[in-house]
Amino acid sequence: MLRASSFAAGFALALAKPMDNPNGKPIVEISGLNFWYWPKQALFDINLAIQPNRTTAFIGPSGCGKSTLLRCLNRMNDLNDEQRIEGAIVMHGMNIRAPEVDVIELRKRVGMVFQKSNPFPKSIFENIAYGLRVQGRNKKSVLEERVESSLRRAALWEEVKDRLNESALSLSGGQQQRLCIARTIAVEPDVVLMDEPCSALDPTATAKIEELIQDLKRYYTIIIVTHNMQQATRCSDFTAFFYLGRVVEFDTTTKIFTNPANKQTEDYITGRFG
Amino acid sequence: MPLRRKKTDWQSFGFTAATGLMTASIVAMVFIILGNLAWNGAAQMSLHFVFGGTKEGMFDAAKAGVFPMIFGTVALVVLMTIGVLPVGVITAIYLSEYARSTSAVTRVIRGAINNLAGVPSIVFGLFGLGFFVQFLGGGIDKVFCGGQLTYGKPALVWAAATMAVLTLPVVIVATEEALRAVPKGLREGSMALGATKLETILKIVLPQALPGVITGAILAVGRGAGEVAPIMFTGAAYYLAHLPGHLSDQFMNLGYHVFVLSTQSPDIERTKPILFGTVLVLLVLTFLLNAAGVIVRSRIRARARQTHG
Repeated sequence: MLRASSFAAGFALALAKPMDNPNGKPIVEISGLNFWYWPKQALFDINLAIQPNRTTAFIGPSGCGKSTLLRCLNRMNDLNDEQRIEGAIVMHGMNIRAPEVDVIELRKRVGMVFQKSNPFPKSIFENIAYGLRVQGRNKKSVLEERVESSLRRAALWEEVKDRLNESALSLSGGQQQRLCIARTIAVEPDVVLMDEPCSALDPTATAKIEELIQDLKRYYTIIIVTHNMQQATRCSDFTAFFYLGRVVEFDTTTKIFTNPANKQTEDYITGRFG
Repeated sequence: MPLRRKKTDWQSFGFTAATGLMTASIVAMVFIILGNLAWNGAAQMSLHFVFGGTKEGMFDAAKAGVFPMIFGTVALVVLMTIGVLPVGVITAIYLSEYARSTSAVTRVIRGAINNLAGVPSIVFGLFGLGFFVQFLGGGIDKVFCGGQLTYGKPALVWAAATMAVLTLPVVIVATEEALRAVPKGLREGSMALGATKLETILKIVLPQALPGVITGAILAVGRGAGEVAPIMFTGAAYYLAHLPGHLSDQFMNLGYHVFVLSTQSPDIERTKPILFGTVLVLLVLTFLLNAAGVIVRSRIRARARQTHG
């Protein structure tokens, strides 16, 4: 009980984070992380510090481990039986891998948007309200207020405000993905993980999501996995380049794309492989 | 270079013809069976036959009725469904959501279910007599009824229980398939929002799988309405003066009645019209029960498409 509450207190402290402090205390610190899809090792000695209210992009060729790392951050890999993990992921002074950490609480704080948009087969309203309802917050006025504010933040409100009771499956692909973003931010997470959120979308819908990411970092810390290097340059502040399960280079996006320190990074961003 | 002239593809022509012929023969068989039944059964149909009883003469085509059997069959099927759905659905949830698909225990459970589906139905009848009627029913009588014979004999409830065991594999397999068809992304989306596994199953997975569960129920009902062997020792009666009014009463049943008519009649020629009539009623009843299931399922599907909640 005591542990759980100190964890919550840590989160509460973090809510008072400075809005413009890119070089301040990182919100997530990954150190010495190794990960196996047993018996195959997928991540080797990852060390990364994620800055609050900034967008960090994970880039790299397929199978380099960037999605795996992302899924460690909200312990989505727990759902997988054959995994093994070593090292620390510290958020607000607590290792989220510690056995006493409440995974449910963690996932409320670290939201996730998936590669394939996955709206529930429910109404638009109920999709957004779902995360609040599972927290036991069922008061209609609260739900209505939160549904509207989340949809506004996700730049979807104007398009759906007259059809909140329609099925979410009636939305277009791009709208569905923005709905999933709205659903994620409705529970007010600190960190939003995005796993190739635009890979199934057309350029127009992609542009909208990228614009949204720019807006959202005022409120949240965003970590985005992407195959699209232009996307990384357009919407991220920091970029980590992954190759074969290691972080080859991690720096500001400008530095990575204009003056990479590592030859492999340069080869990848200039399209020589990957 | 001129293009070569097209040759007739005899091989594919032959194959198309053969498969088409086979299909046509099956359709023909169905029509012959149904046509024969409808033709001969229709002659027996009357309000008296459908809503009348057997008091005035069980084997006399002019006087016999089948209402007690219709009542008994419907009661049996309803009770069976009430019994089989919760057990089957919960088992399917365990197998598909909780059990590790690779573990030895899961393999044994799955094997047991498949074997259950392959057991001849008369064996279920004997099992029902031994387990439900004598062991459970006898035990209930001893403990709750002061030794008076109430549940320790063939009864509607035991026949329904036996039938529920018989149809369990159908429900489990259909439900499990429906659960598996729910996309992984939906489960992950729910978990990523902080829902527990149980909440995810109850709020996302199960509602999605509901049409599949109903499919299982429809299949079970179809099977349950027609089976005779499992209820012969566990509850069906040759003749009863009254409709069953209690779970511990025996009941008459359309399928069992067909068996009775064809084996016990003193004059088979005179009973023939009743036989056809009874079979036709059974067929129509099964069809109606299935249709009810299909309507329920399509409503659920329609609601899932344009949800309001």
